[in-house]
Amino acid sequence: MDEDSSSISRVLSVGPVPDHIAFIMDGNRRYAKKRNLLDGAGHRSGYLALMNMLKYCYELGVKYATIYAFSIDNFRRRPEEVQSTMQLILEKIEDLIKEESMVNQYGVRIYFLGSLKLLSKPVRLAAERAMVATSGNSKSVLSICLAYTSSDEILHAVQECCGEKWDEGSALESKGAGNGLVFLKGNENGKIKPSIVVKDLEKHMYAAVAPDPDIIIRTSGETRLSNFLLWQSANCLLYAPPILWPEIGLWHLIWAVLDFQRNFSYLKEKTKLS
Amino acid sequence: MVIDSEEAQELSKVFELLQWVADIGVKSVCLYDPEGVLKKNKEPITQRFSSANLSEEAAVNGRLVTRRNLTLEFVSFEDGKEAVAKAANYLFVKHYANGTKEKSDFTEPQMAEALGAIGSGGAEPDLLLIYGPTRCHLGFPAWRLRYTEIVHMGPLKSMSYGSLVKAIFKYTMVHQNYVTSSCGTSMMRKIDLTDAASIVCILLRMFFFDCRTKVKRYLLACMSN
Repeated sequence: MDEDSSSISRVLSVGPVPDHIAFIMDGNRRYAKKRNLLDGAGHRSGYLALMNMLKYCYELGVKYATIYAFSIDNFRRRPEEVQSTMQLILEKIEDLIKEESMVNQYGVRIYFLGSLKLLSKPVRLAAERAMVATSGNSKSVLSICLAYTSSDEILHAVQECCGEKWDEGSALESKGAGNGLVFLKGNENGKIKPSIVVKDLEKHMYAAVAPDPDIIIRTSGETRLSNFLLWQSANCLLYAPPILWPEIGLWHLIWAVLDFQRNFSYLKEKTKLS
Repeated sequence: MVIDSEEAQELSKVFELLQWVADIGVKSVCLYDPEGVLKKNKEPITQRFSSANLSEEAAVNGRLVTRRNLTLEFVSFEDGKEAVAKAANYLFVKHYANGTKEKSDFTEPQMAEALGAIGSGGAEPDLLLIYGPTRCHLGFPAWRLRYTEIVHMGPLKSMSYGSLVKAIFKYTMVHQNYVTSSCGTSMMRKIDLTDAASIVCILLRMFFFDCRTKVKRYLLACMSN
């Protein structure tokens, strides 16, 4: 970060700084079209913009960043486009875990959130390598949503909770201490004690590695969340600048942080109530 | 519509807003505020907007716009995360109750069915208008927000008819960019603008609120269909 940016960062730090910012990096393909670039060039420009934004975030003191890299819905795109995007993702994951990368400079721990079993083996293995390689970092966190949607995340959490309750019940039953609380079998009136609560679900969300986001920034002026962090964004400021992702810069981040600071008391009060 | 709970206590404003929405021809509105203020006032709100009352008002005021039936749904924070927890328990009972662990993962239709069974089903809104100090959906049920367009309208006390029409019109234009012209027409029919008098009133209001170029595009779109 240059001197001016550092000064701005110091000024912003006088007020509350968001703990967690999430990004929907929309507009890479439109950027490539606008600039008459080749198909994959928009995503490459988007990657550079991402690295800059992450640096600004970590310099400002934002500890957690989450990015929407690839949605489960994106698998429906043309196979050639999915293939080239996956190739780029693989390449960039390898870059991230290199010694001299931004990740090690800022002590960033990487998590990949999503249904990773949907990814091809090379990409899945690269993601696992990146998580292991950065597991010792503790200054900041980067969560990369890959093969992710909120609805899949919620379903996964529900599935895990049901499996957990079944295992608990089986363990109790085998000890003879179940009292028919979990299973209908052996229970006279057929009533099941509801035992899954919101806390259980939240424990099993992919995004449980970070607190709920304070700001979600989606570029291209689109106003949808597109199945991203829907569970976690109840009291989150939504910011939709009308620029394409590769065009995002420090001033957009500053604007988002100032907006967050302006609404801080209101959002904090809403968080307490929920 | 997401309305800040404190602002939702101003019921006269809520009535006025729903009046505008009914005028435009929207058929179905989901009213959300996190603390359930609107839910608690469900009776006076639904009484005001039953189809019988709408017809009476139209006759008394001599308004040109024909009111349509307005279906109202009342939702609060408990219909979000807690409803998903209840749905999880429902799915557990349904699929694990015989003492066998099911091998296949739950699907989205199963989840939707479970939410419906516990009384928290409902369609995903096309458009979510937020009336409050900040652009934040305040916990609107996650399962129903996946691809919804979200627009911040500002505080309820400074709401305006022009902003409402602009938001709805912008929504129809955004969707026309993504579908073919035949599908785009059906998207516009979602807000039921087939009544010529309704169209004239809305166009006059839009013109007044400085949407002239958009009015021309809208007329061209209507004429081409």
